[in-house]
Amino acid sequence: MARAVTTQHKTIATAAAWIVALLIFFPILYTIITSFKSEQEAIQGFNLIPSGTFESYSEVQQQSGYFKFFFNSVLLSVGSTILALIVAIPAAWSMAFSPTKRTKDILMWMLSTKMMPAVAVLFPIYLIFRDSGLLDSRIGLTVMLMLINLPIVVWMLYTYFREIPGEILEAARMDGASLWNEIIYVLTPMAVPGIASTMLLNIILAWNEAFWTIRLTTTNAAPLTAFISSFSSPQGLFWAKLSAASTLAIAPILIMGWFSQKQLVRGLTFGAVK
Amino acid sequence: MKLRTLTLGLLSASALAFAAHAESITIATVNNGDMVRMQKLTDDFTKANPDIQLNWVTLEENVLRERVTTDIATKGGQYDVMTIGTYEVPIWAKQSWLLPLDKLGDDYDVKDIIPAIAGGLSVDGKLYAAPFYGESSFVMYRKDLMEKAGLKMPDAPTWDFIKQAADKMTDRANGVNGVCLRGKAGWGENMAFLTAMSNSFGARWFDENWKPQFDQPEWKNTLQFYVDLMKADGPEGASSNGFNENLALFQQGKCGMWIDATVAASFVSDPKASQVADKVGYALAPDNGLGKRGNWLWAWSLAIPAGTQKADAAEKFVSWATSKHYAELVASKEGWANVPPGTRSSLYANPEYQKAAPFAKMTLDSINAADPTHPTVKPVPYVGVQFVAIPEFQGLGTTVGQLFSAALAGQSSVDDALKQAQDAATAAMTEGGYIK
Repeated sequence: MARAVTTQHKTIATAAAWIVALLIFFPILYTIITSFKSEQEAIQGFNLIPSGTFESYSEVQQQSGYFKFFFNSVLLSVGSTILALIVAIPAAWSMAFSPTKRTKDILMWMLSTKMMPAVAVLFPIYLIFRDSGLLDSRIGLTVMLMLINLPIVVWMLYTYFREIPGEILEAARMDGASLWNEIIYVLTPMAVPGIASTMLLNIILAWNEAFWTIRLTTTNAAPLTAFISSFSSPQGLFWAKLSAASTLAIAPILIMGWFSQKQLVRGLTFGAVK
Repeated sequence: MKLRTLTLGLLSASALAFAAHAESITIATVNNGDMVRMQKLTDDFTKANPDIQLNWVTLEENVLRERVTTDIATKGGQYDVMTIGTYEVPIWAKQSWLLPLDKLGDDYDVKDIIPAIAGGLSVDGKLYAAPFYGESSFVMYRKDLMEKAGLKMPDAPTWDFIKQAADKMTDRANGVNGVCLRGKAGWGENMAFLTAMSNSFGARWFDENWKPQFDQPEWKNTLQFYVDLMKADGPEGASSNGFNENLALFQQGKCGMWIDATVAASFVSDPKASQVADKVGYALAPDNGLGKRGNWLWAWSLAIPAGTQKADAAEKFVSWATSKHYAELVASKEGWANVPPGTRSSLYANPEYQKAAPFAKMTLDSINAADPTHPTVKPVPYVGVQFVAIPEFQGLGTTVGQLFSAALAGQSSVDDALKQAQDAATAAMTEGGYIK
């Protein structure tokens, strides 16, 4: 009897999970479906079966050239993530293993920078970029993306590092490991799941960042967010083309997310049961 | 071997010299059919000017506006040519943010630009932006439904006729709404339509002393008429409909009439996109017999920011893109119907264009019926037909647009919306130092 209830519960839970997942995924699915429609089909109301034309994709490619933007997106998201990790690992290490009474305040202060709407600092940042010649440069934007995601990276790493027993590090020190050896050979390998999921999440965040990447670039450094934006139009209906551009832009990150979902989930729930 | 090295050396040196000589200009533009077509045709320009390279930045209208404003206000120098509208040109020219266009070339024929459009892009008699395409607004209607209703659309209808026709054409059981109008909040969305409409009702945003006028009976008449008309004959959820939503409705045969941008004519009459392509008629925007019609005037135009280092190359490009030669180029490759409309008188005198675009005459008449320097029945201190060309208008226009959109949705009464609009406008004008 009890077993039957469990099975029933399981079925209900599975069904509920599927419904929620479908609800969340549906807009993306519909975007993909719309991208295989003609413009006329796209505006004709709700329809789940496209005629399967590749017209929009070829037009989008012809009009804008996908690969230049794709290359910039990869460079910016991976570059800014690596840069962020280089800064954040030592920072999180010091806060996790040698906390002072101000550590909590510093963490909160770092996070508080994320609470400000980005547009509030548009002008100062724009002027700094202009005066240092960084407008529309990949280096400038990589640093910018690193800076805006840094608080999250530090926070995530800090939480993972806290889960690692300090005794292990002490043991390493007893064996004569230097500070760097301790971070590189003891701490980092133990925190690999945490670091990996931080990396993945940060790549996704940087990939999707659509405020600074559109506002600080023109042509050379423009990533896929700018590519999508160029197909949005207030006068004229180009929904199929917009959908094709969106599909092309999210496809790489979607595939990456799919392959790394185990890692991502494990990292995100790391330490959650303690 | 030596000879080869020498040749290679010479070649790379000349390549370097060429690269140093070649200038690249960056053009910021919006995503619409005409602009995309221009990007495809730029070979014609680069062949004639091999030392100039073109970089395109295409952005959604609101993002573009924000980007170019940021850039021009900080003199960022990211763009050498900007696509801006008739709202920005007078404000930016007064701030000395734009270069006057006085070197467009001998064969450019500035006088050929339609006077109403040139007027909207000039300050103190100097042209600060060259129009790429111009538009007004007019009535697009279904000839078959009009006939079924037993009515005949005059070339210059009144608002009363529109109401009468809309009532008769509405057939909700068959999904036909008598009239589709903009309701989505925004200074360039519902307020473009409502401000132009209010002109024909004798209303104005401000009096000669910049005092807001939403407490006057003319605005009450405008808004009440609009809300009543839309309630009786408009589509469901009209308060979230903008240009694109109404275009989709009209193309699917769900609107008897649609009053909107003249540029929509080429979309609704395109058999590939529109189910009613062969049934569309055109008429001037309605009036109330007060001497002003409810149509607007807009021109997407190319301007050169004062911060550019490449003014000469930029002006060469602007001249090419807005020339008569460009119109002929488009006509030869894609047909006369695809030539950017609304900028040059010569286009409308061209019999081939008249044949290809049945809406040509009505478009020109609509553009000529708008006067941005005298937009209203009573005198006003501002220029602009469907907007007020002051920097404060973007924010204020959108606030008022939200209030009027709420009135359309039935969330507030017409009187409440007008009272709040008056308060918001008074606050904005006081803050801006226009009134005390």
